[in-house]
Amino acid sequence: MRKQFVRTTEDVMAKDERLVVLLGDIGVFGFRSAFEQFPARIYNIGICEQAMTSLAAGLSKEGLVPVVHSIAPFVVERCFEQIKVDFCYQKLGGNIVSVGGSYDYAALGCTHHCPGDVAILRTLPGMEIVVPGTPQEYDQLFRAAYADGQPTYFRLSERKNPQSFDVQFGRASILKQGRLATVVAVGTALAPALAATQDLDVSVLYYTTVAPFDAETLRQNCASRKVVLVEPYYQGVLMQDIVAALAPASVQITTIGVPHRFLTDYGHQEQHDEALGLTPSGVRARIEQLIHAK
Amino acid sequence: MRVRLNQLKRQIIAATTATKEGHIPSAFSILDIVWVLYDGVMRFNPHDPKSDDRDRFILSKGHGSLAVYAVLAEKGFFPAEELARFSTLESRLGGHPDHNKVPGIEASTGSLGHGLPFGVGVAMALRIRKVDRRVFVIVGDAECNEGSIWEAALLAAHHKLSNLTCIVDYNHSTDRALNMGDMAAKFAAFGWAATTINGHDHAAIATALLARDPQKPTAIIAETIKGHGVKQMENNPAWHHRSPSKDELEAMFQELA
Repeated sequence: MRKQFVRTTEDVMAKDERLVVLLGDIGVFGFRSAFEQFPARIYNIGICEQAMTSLAAGLSKEGLVPVVHSIAPFVVERCFEQIKVDFCYQKLGGNIVSVGGSYDYAALGCTHHCPGDVAILRTLPGMEIVVPGTPQEYDQLFRAAYADGQPTYFRLSERKNPQSFDVQFGRASILKQGRLATVVAVGTALAPALAATQDLDVSVLYYTTVAPFDAETLRQNCASRKVVLVEPYYQGVLMQDIVAALAPASVQITTIGVPHRFLTDYGHQEQHDEALGLTPSGVRARIEQLIHAK
Repeated sequence: MRVRLNQLKRQIIAATTATKEGHIPSAFSILDIVWVLYDGVMRFNPHDPKSDDRDRFILSKGHGSLAVYAVLAEKGFFPAEELARFSTLESRLGGHPDHNKVPGIEASTGSLGHGLPFGVGVAMALRIRKVDRRVFVIVGDAECNEGSIWEAALLAAHHKLSNLTCIVDYNHSTDRALNMGDMAAKFAAFGWAATTINGHDHAAIATALLARDPQKPTAIIAETIKGHGVKQMENNPAWHHRSPSKDELEAMFQELA
């Protein structure tokens, strides 16, 4: 997705003179062509995410469209208050594009993990959160939302789903309709969810926009009142949206995602997937449990 | 001029009596600077406050908002009567300024350490957009405890933002917690053109504000007195966030007559 991020950004920069890119000293080599083509609109800001975020809001105040980019823990958690005050409270549009959410960089340890980004950004009124599953989906979603006047978070991953879908910003995609349960899969968590449900009589709804949450598609596709929520970050973030969408009816929910603890082991992300049950077989077992639950 | 400023000070004190809210000494600390900015340095049009052909002013130490409100009202951005409703439920003039509500306010501040990096972004945007106007930011000395101020200082110097001026309201309120020492030397070391002035001397303020280095951002360290002009408030921490009683109000009004 990182290569697509560069391709999409450079293409939009060529077409939209308002777009300004701020890098937190990562991706600089990847953007070498943009530095040559648009020297006034791309900056390697250095390692100062708080000032970078406020600076980006200042650009936005003057009518430009900023894109800030760094690794997820630094561009979200380090400068959370700047996102809250300078973008959301001040009602300024802009784009935060992260890489390395959850444990993409497993071997680097917990300082470089970020399974909590979506959960905390979800608390900010007006914040849009986009979790693409493939490079192509990122391209579609960025072009749809980058200049919509709202602060938007794009969560890029080092992994991608095997197949792209024709996704729309703010809308869930109905990939499959069934009777026994509804699987709500977010971003790159779709891969194990789809593999797990191939021969199951369940609905699969694919969410690449987490906020604003598409409640209507869920309401129209959840007759079973059983929901399996499969997320690539801390598990259960969308639970309150699901409950609110289906209220006043009661609903049974199983949440699958990253457990709420520090993952202090190193290794590869696939090894963590195995250990945490975030695999087709792990997801399948949890879905079957819910289907058979009374 | 002093008569006019004393009138603004009386308005500021009176504004705090409706809700018993407001940081009077913080406002008096910067009132002379804000006044000089709007009375001969900055270009602006109160009837077209979003005109591109304006200089931008950002109050990074948002709790000094009353000084800015009083000056904006005096300059015609909104009626001065609104000051009497300061911080009430229906008022658009709050304890910290909101750019979505108040004409002439460029940034919604309050949490410290945001306004200067925001101003760096505004200054950078003006350069990108080839708009030849200036950006003025007032920060507090205690606000300079925040690391983001120094991140912004590095960035402004590195990117040679000569259209940016940062005024440090050095009223020494932070000395008791974290002494900031020689602020002009600090900004100079970060690559700014830095100067120290008496922050209540209008001629010195104007001279410093009108100066502009062709390559560097400008830092003006304004030595100020918190609560300037009301003896019992001056450098008295008890008044930081307090509204006067009826008797105190009368005495202060006499002092500012």
